[in-house]
Amino acid sequence: MVLGVFWVFAGVAIVSAFLCITRRSPVASALWLILTLFSLAGIFVLLDAQFIAALQVLVYAGAIMVLFLFVIMLLNLGRQGPSDLRGWPGRLVAAALGLLLAAELWAVRTWAPEEHLRLPEGAIARMSEAEGPVHVISDALFREYLIPFELTSVLLLAAIVGAVVLAKRRL
Amino acid sequence: MVIDLNNTAGLLLALAPELVLGFWCLVVMIWVAWRHGSFEDQWVAGVLSLAGLVMALGTVIWLWASDARAAQLAGMMALDPYRYATAVLFLLGAILTVLLSLDYLKREGVRIPEYYLLLLFGTLGMMFMGGGSDLIVIFLGLELMSVAVYVLAGIDRRSPFCAEAALKYFLLGAFASGFFLYGIALIYGATGTTNLVLIGTQVSGFALSSNLMALLGLGLLLIGFAFKVAAVPFHMWTPDVYDGSPTPVTGYMAAAVKAAGFAALLRVLFHSFGGVVVWHEALWWLAVITMVAGNLVALAQRQLKRMLAYSSIAHAGYLLAAVTSGSSAGAAAFLFYALAYTLMTIGAFAVLAAAGRGGERGVSVDDLNGLGSRRPWLAAAMTVFMLSLLGFPGTAGFIGKWYILSAAIDANQQLLAVVLVLTSVISAGYYLPPVMAMYMRAPSSPEAHSETTVAGGARLVVALSAALLVVFGFWPNAALEAARRGSTGLTPAVVYTVEGP
Repeated sequence: MVLGVFWVFAGVAIVSAFLCITRRSPVASALWLILTLFSLAGIFVLLDAQFIAALQVLVYAGAIMVLFLFVIMLLNLGRQGPSDLRGWPGRLVAAALGLLLAAELWAVRTWAPEEHLRLPEGAIARMSEAEGPVHVISDALFREYLIPFELTSVLLLAAIVGAVVLAKRRL
Repeated sequence: MVIDLNNTAGLLLALAPELVLGFWCLVVMIWVAWRHGSFEDQWVAGVLSLAGLVMALGTVIWLWASDARAAQLAGMMALDPYRYATAVLFLLGAILTVLLSLDYLKREGVRIPEYYLLLLFGTLGMMFMGGGSDLIVIFLGLELMSVAVYVLAGIDRRSPFCAEAALKYFLLGAFASGFFLYGIALIYGATGTTNLVLIGTQVSGFALSSNLMALLGLGLLLIGFAFKVAAVPFHMWTPDVYDGSPTPVTGYMAAAVKAAGFAALLRVLFHSFGGVVVWHEALWWLAVITMVAGNLVALAQRQLKRMLAYSSIAHAGYLLAAVTSGSSAGAAAFLFYALAYTLMTIGAFAVLAAAGRGGERGVSVDDLNGLGSRRPWLAAAMTVFMLSLLGFPGTAGFIGKWYILSAAIDANQQLLAVVLVLTSVISAGYYLPPVMAMYMRAPSSPEAHSETTVAGGARLVVALSAALLVVFGFWPNAALEAARRGSTGLTPAVVYTVEGP
C-alpha cells in the first residue's frame, strides 16, 4: 500500500516538475511548482516525517510561493516570455547535462550508504513516536545545530541589508 | 582555561568574539537606520564599527592569552589557537579597511553608511570560516562573508565599473558556492557527518582515502575554495572585480577575503583529509600554475590597480604552496605570510587610493613619476610595500617567503620551492618599476601630486603597515612565535576513536 502511494506522489512530483520548467508563463510555472511541493510533502509523510511535511506545505507551498507570485506580479512578468533556450548550442548542452544526470541516477540506483552510516530500520518512526515529531527536530535544531541556526539569521539579515542598499533609489 | 560547552555560560564564552562583533553589527545597524543623512553621520558609523572591531579583537586576544580550550569535542566552533590567530588576521584587515574608508568614501562622494555595517557582517562571516569546525558553519560563514562583499563591491552605484564588478563577483561567487555545497553533500554522503574531526576519523578509520564519493566531494570543495581565493584557473573574475570595486574594498577583498578562504581550506584539509594524498598533488599543481600565471600576466599590466590584482593572484599561489606542505610548519608559514600580506596589500591600496581619484582605475605606473621628491614619506612607504610584496630581505614579505620555502623543503617539495623562488624573481619586473618611477623620474608636470594626500585614518594605515612590515622584517621572532602557536590548534590534541555500530 505504502509503495503504491509513494509511486502516485512520485509520479505527480516528476510530471509537475517537468511542466513547471516547460511552461512559458511564469505564473503557470509557479502553480505547477506548488503541486510538486505538495507531492514532496506527501512523500515526507510516508517517511514518518509528518512535521516536515506540514512545514513543507506551510512554508514552501504557502509562504514562499506567495512571495514568488508576488514578485512575478510586481515585475510584471505575467505574460508569456520567449523560451530561455535559444539556438541549438543551448539545447545541446541542456540535453548533455540531462543525460549526465540520468546516467548518474542510473549508476547510483543500487548504491546504499555504508553499513555503519545507516540508522536501523524504523528508527525515525520509533523516535517520533516516543518523543513526538516536533521534539526530534527541535532537539537537533536548537541543541546540536544552534550555532548554524543563529548564524543563518545573521546571514539573512546581511542579505536584507545588502538588497536594500543595492535596490533602494534614495537612501 | 577549559570551557565546558554543555552549559550556556560556557557556550557564550566560547563564542564571545563573534557575539561582541554581532552586537556591534546591531549597534551600527540601528545607528545607520536612525541617522544616515550626512557624511558626518557616516563618519560616526565608521567610528562605531571601528570600536566594535577593536573590542572583538580584544576579546579574541583575551581568549587566546587565557588559552581557552574546550572540555569536549567542539561540535560547531573550534576552540583552538588557530581560530584566534585567524580571527586576529581578519579583524586587523577590517580595522585597516575601516580606517582607510573614513576619508575615502567622503572624497569619492559615496554616502552609503551601510558600507560599514556590511564590512562588519563580512568580518563576522570570516571569523566563522576560520573558527568553524563543521562544514555547515564554514559554509554559512562563507556565504555571510560573500553576501556582504558582493554588495561592497557594488557600493558605488553611480559607477558602471562598480556595478560590473559586483555582478561578476556575485554570479561567479554563487557558482562557486554551488560547487562548495555539492562537495559538502558528497562528503556527508560518504562519511555521514559534517564535523571536520569526525570526518577525519571516518576517513582514516574506514580507509575512505580511495572512496570515489569522498574524493569527488573533496575535489568539488577544492574548486569552491579555489574560486574564493582566486587561484588559477579559477581566477577569471579577479582582475575585473578588483579593478571595478572601490579601492578600500579591493584591499579588503585581496587581503581579508583571501585569508579567510585559506584559513577554512587549511582547517578542512588538515582536520578531515590529513591522510589523503591526492589533495597534496592537486594543490601542488594549483600552486605552480597560480604562481607562474599570476606573475607572468602581472608583468604585462600598466594600470597599477590591475597590476595589484594580478599580484594578489600570484600571492594566492605562494599561500597555496604553504598549504601544500601539509605540515604544521606550513600552517605557521601561512599565518605569518597572511599577516605580512594583509599589511602590504592594504598598505599598497592605501597609497593607490591617495594617488588617484574616481575609483583609481586610471592610475598607471607613470603617474607615480617623481613622487619621491614631492611626497617623500608616502613614496618611502610605497617602496616598503613593493619590496615586501617582492620578498626583499629586511621586510616581512621576505621572512614569510623564507618560511614557506623551508616548509616546502621540509615536506620534500623542492621543485615547488624552486618555482616559488623563480616566480618571485619574475615579480621584480613589476614591483620595481613603481619604485623606479617614484625616485628616478621627474614629475610629469609642476603641479603633479599636488592632490596626493593621505589624511587622518589613511595616514595611520600607511604608516602603521609600513612600520610593522619593517619591524617584522628585522625582528620577526614575536610574530613567528605567535604564528607557530596559532598553528598548533590544527593537529587535534585528542585522538577520537570511532565506536562501532
